[in-house]
Formats: sequence, C-alpha cells, structure tokens
Amino acid sequence: MISFELNGDKVTYEGDPNMPLLWYVRDELNLTGSKFGCGVGMCGACTMHLNGQPVRSCSTPMAAANGARVTTIEGLNSEAAVAIQQAWQKLDVVQCGYCQSGQVMSATALLENNKQPNDQDIDMAMQGNICRCATYHRIRAAIHEASDTLAKEVS
Amino acid sequence: MKMAQAQNDNSVVATPELSRRQFLKVSAISGVGFSIGLSFSHAASAEAQQPSAMGHFIKIAKDNSITVVIKHLDKGQGVTTGLTAIVAEEMNADWAQMRWEFAPADAQRYNNLFWGPYQGTGGSTSIANSWMQLRQAGAAAKAMLIAAAAKQWAVAESEVVAENGQLTAAGRKATYGDMAEAAALIAPPEKPTLKTPEEFTLVGKSVPRIDSKEKSTGKANYTIDVRLPGMLVAAIARPDKFGATLKSVNSDKARAVAGVESVITTPRGVAVIAKNHWAARQGKQALTIEWDDSQAETRSSTQLWSDFKALAETDGAVARNDGDFAKAIAEAAQTVELEFEFPYLSHATMEPMNCVVDLQKDACHIYTGSQIPGIDQYVASQVTGLPVEKVFVHTQFAGGSFGRRAVPDSDFVMDAVVIAKAINGAAPICMQWSREDDIKAGRYRPMAFHKFRAAIDQQNGISGWHHRIVSQSILRGTPFEGLITGPLDFAIAEGGANLPYQIPNFKFDGHEAKAGVPVLWWRSVGHSHNAYATEVFFDEVAHAAGQDPAALRQQLLKEHPRHLAVLNKVLAESNWGSALPAGTGLGVAVHESFASFVAQVAQVKVNDDKSYQVEKVWCAVDCGVAVTPDVIVAQMEGGIGYGLSAILGEAITLDGGKVVQNNFYDYTPLRINQMPDIKVFIMPSDVAPTGVGEPGTPPIGPAVANAIRSVTGKAVTKLPIGNRLV
Repeated sequence: MISFELNGDKVTYEGDPNMPLLWYVRDELNLTGSKFGCGVGMCGACTMHLNGQPVRSCSTPMAAANGARVTTIEGLNSEAAVAIQQAWQKLDVVQCGYCQSGQVMSATALLENNKQPNDQDIDMAMQGNICRCATYHRIRAAIHEASDTLAKEVS
Repeated sequence: MKMAQAQNDNSVVATPELSRRQFLKVSAISGVGFSIGLSFSHAASAEAQQPSAMGHFIKIAKDNSITVVIKHLDKGQGVTTGLTAIVAEEMNADWAQMRWEFAPADAQRYNNLFWGPYQGTGGSTSIANSWMQLRQAGAAAKAMLIAAAAKQWAVAESEVVAENGQLTAAGRKATYGDMAEAAALIAPPEKPTLKTPEEFTLVGKSVPRIDSKEKSTGKANYTIDVRLPGMLVAAIARPDKFGATLKSVNSDKARAVAGVESVITTPRGVAVIAKNHWAARQGKQALTIEWDDSQAETRSSTQLWSDFKALAETDGAVARNDGDFAKAIAEAAQTVELEFEFPYLSHATMEPMNCVVDLQKDACHIYTGSQIPGIDQYVASQVTGLPVEKVFVHTQFAGGSFGRRAVPDSDFVMDAVVIAKAINGAAPICMQWSREDDIKAGRYRPMAFHKFRAAIDQQNGISGWHHRIVSQSILRGTPFEGLITGPLDFAIAEGGANLPYQIPNFKFDGHEAKAGVPVLWWRSVGHSHNAYATEVFFDEVAHAAGQDPAALRQQLLKEHPRHLAVLNKVLAESNWGSALPAGTGLGVAVHESFASFVAQVAQVKVNDDKSYQVEKVWCAVDCGVAVTPDVIVAQMEGGIGYGLSAILGEAITLDGGKVVQNNFYDYTPLRINQMPDIKVFIMPSDVAPTGVGEPGTPPIGPAVANAIRSVTGKAVTKLPIGNRLV
C-alpha cells in the first residue's frame, strides 16, 4: 500500500505502483488543475511539489510518492504562492492558460527556495515549462513582481 | 461532405485583403436584420442545460450580473475579455458586474459576420466582426433599461442616467438587474445610439483579463477536465502513415490490462476504452497492429523536396502579373536570386487534441474547444444519424489552438464520435490523444518552396520581382474550396502576391503540390512563410543594390501609409542605424495580415561559435481601434514567441511516409531562456478594429533573419535555423 500526504490530507493507494501521480490525482481524486501535456516530463504542465520540490507528475510513479508530501495547484497556500498568483493576475500573464498551473507551481517553488531570483535564475527554474502561447515575457516579469512583494512584506 | 459555399465577398477564413470597405458593408448588412437578442434570466445555469433556449448575446440577471454570450472560441487570444468589454462599454456597465459564457453551436444566431452562414473563429476576425454587432446589442440593452426606468418612474427618458450598472433619475435609483424584467417588455430600438469614441471609458483602456484568476489558480476547465457520470476514457491508435488503413490487430494483451473495458476497431483506428487515462494509454501500447499501406503517402521529406523543386522549374498559376518581368530582367543592371525551404509545422498546442462525447438515444452532446462548431455538429450528425439540431456543442476553453481546432473534417471530434457510436453510447467517452498522436496526426502548416528572382536597374532601384511558390493547398478538397477565387489557393499566395512594395514589373505564380500529408491553417496561414520569404529576399535585393533595407522599404511604401507608419515607429524606437556592439545586428520586417499592420525590429547577437541569441524585439501594430490594448500587447508578445519558436527549432519531417518527430524532445518549441525582451507599440487609430491573434507572427522570422544577415552577410533560407548558424 502506498500512503502519502496530498494537500495536507492523508491518502492511500493500492493500485498499480507504476501509475503516474498525475493520473491518480486527476482521475481518482478528481483534482484537475494539473494538466497532461506530454507524458514524458518535457513540458511541465503537470508540475506538482513533492516534498517542496517541483516534479513532473506525468512521469513520477505512485511508488515515488510513498511517504512524501505532495502539493498540487489546488493545495497551494504559501506566502510565495499567494504572491505568485497575485502577480500573475496583476500582469495578466495567462493566455490559453493550459500550462499555467504548471508555470505557477514551478515559479512558486523557485521563490520558496530563492526569494530574489535574477533573470538567469528564472530561466533555469522555468526552462522545463513550455508555454505555446509564449507568455514567457510576462512570466519573467510576474516572478520579479512577486519577489518584490515578498521583499516588501519582510521589511 | 458538402456544405453550402459561403459568399466570397464577405466570408473570410483568411483572405489576404479584408478591406475596410468590406467591413463597413458587412456591418451594414448585419444592421438591417438587427435583433437585439436579449433574454432576462434569473437562472442562467438552468438555461445552459438547454442550449437552444439560451439568450442571444446579453443576459441581465436580478443580481445585477450581466452575462455576455461569446460566439467565438477563446483559445488564449482573449476574446472573452474583448467581447465582454465591448458590451460593457455600450451599456455603461461596471466591469465587476460582467460575466461571460460560450455560445452553443447555432449558426443562425452566432454566425461569424465575415463568414456568411458559418459560426466560427479564425482569420483574426472575432473582434472585427463582433464590434458593431455587440456595440448595437449593448446600446440597445441600455436604451431598453432607460425606457423601462422612465416608464416606471414617470419621467422623461432623457432624465434617466445609466452609469456603472445603475439607473438614476429624480432621486430614484435602481440597478440594471432590478429593471431587467421591465426592460424585457420594452420594444428594442431599431437604431440604438452608439457612444462616440470620446465617450469610451473601457474600450482602449485595458480592462483586466476576465479569465486571469481561474487560469492562475487551476480552476479553469478545458475539455480534458470535463467530468460526466459513468464517463470512460478512450485512447486511439491511428495509422502510422497518412492514408494507411487497418490490416489486422491483436488486442489480447490490451484487453488484459487492468482497467481496460473494451477494444474496438473503427475506420479511423483501434480504440482502447478504459476506466481511466492510464489504463487506456497502457492498453493502447499493448496493441499489435499491422497497417495496410497500399493507399498511403510513403514519400520521405527528401523526396518531397525534390518533387517540389522540380515543380518550381515550371510555370505556375499566375496570381499577379504587373508590367513585364521578362523585359525588366533583360534590361537589368544586375539580377538577384534566392530559394527558400519551409518545413511542415505542427501546431503542438499544450492540450493535445481531445473531445468528450455523450451520445444518448435522441441527442449527441459534444464537449470540446472548437473553432468551427457547425462542422463538428454536422460531422457528428452524419456519424450518429441524428438530425443536426440534436447535436449540441458545449464549448470549452481550448488549451491553445493556433488553427488546429478548425478542422474541415473534424478529425479529432470524429475520432470521439465514431467511438461513442461504436459502443452505442453505452457511456460518455473522453477521447484523448497522446502528445505523440497529436504530433503525428498531420494538419500541418504546409511545406513550402519559394524561388525568387529580382531585377535591379541602372539607378539601383528594384525594377522587377518574380516570386514563385510550391506548396500544398489548404482549402482545395474541403468544404471551404469555394472560397478560392483565382487559379491558386489564396492560402498559398497571401502575403506574397499582394506585396505592397512599389515595383513596376511584378509577377507571382505558384503550384499547388499534391501530397498525402493533411495540411491546415497554422497561426497566420500563408503569411507565415510568405512574409519570411519576401522580407528576407527584400534585404538580399537591398544589399545587392547598395541600399539600406529600412530606407528602401520607406521609399517603396510611400503609397501605403499604414505600413509606413508602423515601420517608422519601430525604426525610431530601436534607434535604427546607431552603433551596436560587434556581432550584434538589427533586422526589420513589415507585413500586413488579416487587415492589421505590424512592423518589427529584432536585435540578434551572433557569437563566434555560430550560436546566437535573439535579444530584443520592437513591435508596432496598427489594428484600428484598440479595444483591449493589453490583450493586443499580449497577442503581439505571443505571436512573436510563436513565430520565433518555429524559425528557431520546429520542423516535422517524414521518413518513408512516417512522421519522424514524437514529442517535445524532438519537436522543440521555444522555452523561456530563448524569449527576447519585447516592446510593443500600438498605433492610435479611429479605424474599425481588425485582428491581432495572427498578425504578430509573420514579421518576427524575417526580422530575426535580417538581423543575422546584417552580421554574417548571409541570408537564412532554410528553416528551422537550429541552435547554430550554418
């Protein structure tokens, strides 16, 4: 049996341990914010946090979640997450929006680890997330915006 | 499949020249039969269960919310915001009270006014064709609310003020919602008074995007998120070559996969139906299939290029012929020649194509993001045997489209409906393609081969220009074939045959090459390669003539003030002509598409190891009245990113008829580290609005190539460029 914490709740699973975390969360728990984009960890639309680190849930088997703390976009509530989502709305980052859950998850993980990233840090952290609408320009700006917000809250 | 042909003069999927005159004419026609389309509803959600009973364009509820019915698909381009803003403007509504919902498939009420009898989204027409229609609807609604208040309060209509969703007069006050029922009894005005541009408070002022919150928090619903009771998931194994058919299948292993319910063969492939996505995907992988290739396209890309190039040696169908090109060449001081190769491109939307179908005994419900819902409705009707009016399309947000969700034969919707029919509607079906299915399914931006020859006269002017193209027709053989008026599919010629530069002897001809690879409109359609080829060749000619490419453009665009204005704007903003660091260059391109005008300057740094970086882009756009300026800026940024993505790293190639690429590791879109800094300038205008979804894409490729040329002296004629220059 596989058991772990998902968005603060304990969940248990007894099916195929190879099933990707993405499909468990979407199809069995009905949390649909994380998206399917490529199935091979190349686009980032499925990004979740596993013990605070961003992972591609489409290629993370259920076995890897055992004993872990998993957060999806539905469970985001950290200070960094709030700043990121507010900045996303303030700058109207989204277009089609399909990749944006994954973008927000990666950006939040970045700010949780590095409160004042420069452009290079952003490029490094966000390179795994494809956006076909190419909202990259605003993603970069919104991460800086959120970083500024966090800095103001501290001071 | 036969559908009535649309009228050519006002049915525009992607015609190169949608003139202002045409726009005004179409608007006037729509004005004659203007119906206000109001329904005052207490329970919009209950109505949504019965699409045919839905209100027309505007619903005002008792809680004072105003819902705008959006007849176009929002695939990221922001029409939900733009169309809602137009209504809110004319109604003097408060932005906070505005809501929106997608219209059902109903071409009677929700046709694209530029497409005649069809409902649809494409050709960057959503704002343009809705502009007067929704202004009139909003203005009429406001007039009816005012008339109702005047009647109830026994005051003159002129005394009633409608502001911020409130009606006031002589000390009385009511919300629009309070007055909605009474207003519904008022006869709609025949010619509602529209606001003047000076009175606009929302249009041109950048309202916030109406879908930002739900899309930033994971709450927005797409087709993949549709949940219906008892729904099963289907994965479909499609032929590995275009035109191949099923020979035999062994599904024993697939049936043994836990969660797989059934395996069915359809004319379109083998479908695995399962309890969830994982089981369906596992089941599909376990299939052993033999395909019959006897009718399939089996050529490789190298062979296709040879065939295209051989065709280019012969005269094509002439789309434009001014003056005497042969004479210009005979008298030329020098001639310039260049050839270009453009690969097939996949749309590669983030959400791979999908469709949910709930086939019931007397109705078929389709849940998907569709650019042309009427076609999907028709196709589903043909497959299920149900009358068209019993097919209901429930439009969902599309996770990108760029043209992919406007398919003349409804390929992915057909997959889903065929499966639903095969199981007799035993359960609702979510048909989901894998990324690999999506990449390999065809409907590509066509391959194109361009061949140029120009004559330069004794005065170093361009005296002759011959542009020949070989590409596949997008429209031929589809229900849209009737839109082709000349000898050559305009989707091949657009942006090339109507080159604006003043050149006395000009010839454009082309061939519609035949290949078994299905092709489709891809963000900006023919402009995507014609802008590149013409603007890069222009620089080649300018350099041969010893002229500055920007100055020569200015000189030859004197008769085209809108081209010239956007060009001059980006030249000024980018400090064209000023000194740059070694290895860094600027390139410029200007292009009209979908009746909007865009110029871009790109700054590119070329390194010693032939790697390069696109550092900055300046973009000026003239799209008439800027309804929602920040959405326009976003579409320019996105259009630039999409075009850049293609020229840097995208290509679909064939090996023995099989698509070589699989997923994002070998079909490689732009990533954040490749995105330049972009500055967008919107030209002030009082001309009726035109589109912005596509026009940002065509100029970026040539601007970048011309910047590279300014450093290396060599034109980039083969795409994609790749990580290093050759």
